[in-house]
Amino acid sequence: MALEGESGHYRLALTGDWSLTAMPSVETSLSRLPENLRGTLVCDWQGAKTPGIAPAWALLKRLAEIDPGSLRIRHEGNPPPFLDLLLKLDAQRHAAHETLDAPPTLQDEVGKLGRWAVSQAAHARSVIDFFGRIVSVIGQALRRPRAWRISSLTRHVYETGITAIPIVSLIAFLISVIVAYLGAQQLNRFGADIFVVDLVTISVLREMGVLLTAIIVAGRSGSAFAAEIGVMQLNEETDALRAMGINPVEVLVVPRVLALVIALPLLTVIADAMGLAGGGLLSLVNLHIPLPQFITRMRESLAPTTFWSGLIKAPVFAIIIAMVGTYRGMQVRDSARELGRLTTVAVVQSIFFVILADAVFAVLFVQIDF
Amino acid sequence: MAANEPKVIRVTGLKNRFGSQVVHDGLDMEVRENEIFGIVGGSGAGKSVLLHSIVGLRTPDGGTIEMYGRDVQGMAASARSTLVQSYGVTFQNGALISSLTVAQNIQLPLREHYSLAEKTLEELAEMKLLMVGLTRETGGKYPSQLSGGMVKRAALARALALEPKLLFLDEPTAGLDPISATAFDELLLYLHAQLGLTVVMITHDLDTLFQTCSRVGVIVDGHMISGTLPALLQDRHPWVQEYFHGARARAAGAQVHG
Repeated sequence: MALEGESGHYRLALTGDWSLTAMPSVETSLSRLPENLRGTLVCDWQGAKTPGIAPAWALLKRLAEIDPGSLRIRHEGNPPPFLDLLLKLDAQRHAAHETLDAPPTLQDEVGKLGRWAVSQAAHARSVIDFFGRIVSVIGQALRRPRAWRISSLTRHVYETGITAIPIVSLIAFLISVIVAYLGAQQLNRFGADIFVVDLVTISVLREMGVLLTAIIVAGRSGSAFAAEIGVMQLNEETDALRAMGINPVEVLVVPRVLALVIALPLLTVIADAMGLAGGGLLSLVNLHIPLPQFITRMRESLAPTTFWSGLIKAPVFAIIIAMVGTYRGMQVRDSARELGRLTTVAVVQSIFFVILADAVFAVLFVQIDF
Repeated sequence: MAANEPKVIRVTGLKNRFGSQVVHDGLDMEVRENEIFGIVGGSGAGKSVLLHSIVGLRTPDGGTIEMYGRDVQGMAASARSTLVQSYGVTFQNGALISSLTVAQNIQLPLREHYSLAEKTLEELAEMKLLMVGLTRETGGKYPSQLSGGMVKRAALARALALEPKLLFLDEPTAGLDPISATAFDELLLYLHAQLGLTVVMITHDLDTLFQTCSRVGVIVDGHMISGTLPALLQDRHPWVQEYFHGARARAAGAQVHG
């Protein structure tokens, strides 16, 4: 590119590659043009090879920058056909360019804080509202067997319960083997090998069986609930249900909550059994405690409440997982990123609340000596 | 019609099937330089499948597809990538990336294929927005905040980002009110003239068809009958007859020719 002429008559000869690929070099040479040109400027497109839209636009913008309003520009030498369009757009742009973003003031910041607080309050309200709606729908459903949605319920019991059996069994078995193995290392020093049985029995039945199951189910099903309902939100399927007079909470949320309330205790029983089996196997192989002796010792270590104190937590965890998952799913709006974010939130929060609830149970059980 | 006229796209003997359902059974199609070619056909006739086959989103079960005289299917990956950058595509529902703003959507292909300064990208996004009749403010919005007409325009702006000479539009005016649809037609005609575009467009909108298309291809029974609109109006095929002589078509045609 070469600028010729002086004192009010300039000629800008455009040369070389003017395609989109050459954009960076075009921009650098444009930035070298002198400021404050006056008079007339002729752009000669004769030498420009394969002129693209972006470089032509960059040229127009740069000329507008240089020109404080007193430069008359003409385009010559077979300018590209789209130049007319760009000139028109450029004029439009100048007309529209009045509103600029003001820097944020203190007032804006305070306003932001206030809006945040209000939105948090609204959020807390909506959680309570959601819980209330589920309870009221279940309450109504008790009187109306048709509202039980048996087919939907069985599908969810199958998906959250039956299909989770292999992974829950495997993990309960392995974790229990690990606990028994490490416990045996310690207890062996006191010659108290036999207490490995107590260790495994109590820890599996009271805590690990139900907690591991809940965490696995939160990862598997909590995320699935959020994603399924979230996609339905994005496709306006939930709106369609509402428009047909069908309550989405009744058809989407309640069956999932009830299904998990059924499935999670059953999975917990399986996890308990597999955990005890793992402990028994390790005792046999590693500590040479024969199985009949293991079972006898296990019975002695069991209080009547040990098994129930674990199992009773399962429905509570189920409600937490299902509600967090479905609630987050119902919150999805507008974009695929929201779907991903809320699915993640669903899993993280349900695990967090499960552990929190577990802590509350632990304190409670100690207090009431359960 | 001279045989040596330059052809932008030439599809010969295209076959597509889903299981036992045959969609295209030896379909032929030609698109010439600088024309607006409309593709019509009944629901399930395979309009979108044809478009997907041409732009390389679907591997057809048979036949050849040439673009600019080169066989598309036998192409090396690098040549393929260059080819893909030489045309723009819009999808039925806009297919704007929902987690990016409109401006970021437009900048996306530019960012991917060119190393441009941030300021340049902003200016280019603004230009494309103005080009399709949107404002700079629209650029900062997310796709979910746009109306249907704005989504179509934003999708067009993104398709134009890499300055293609060839544009594929899948039902660009579907779901728009007649006024927005007409405005879109006018925009398309204007850009077609100004930018020297070749446009291949699927449409069910008879107004759009009559207003914009220089030639039309009708997909019937897995084949394509193509020609100028007056020629197609004379065609004997019953579906074509019904399509162009139905009540809606008469109304749309009357506006243009009457």
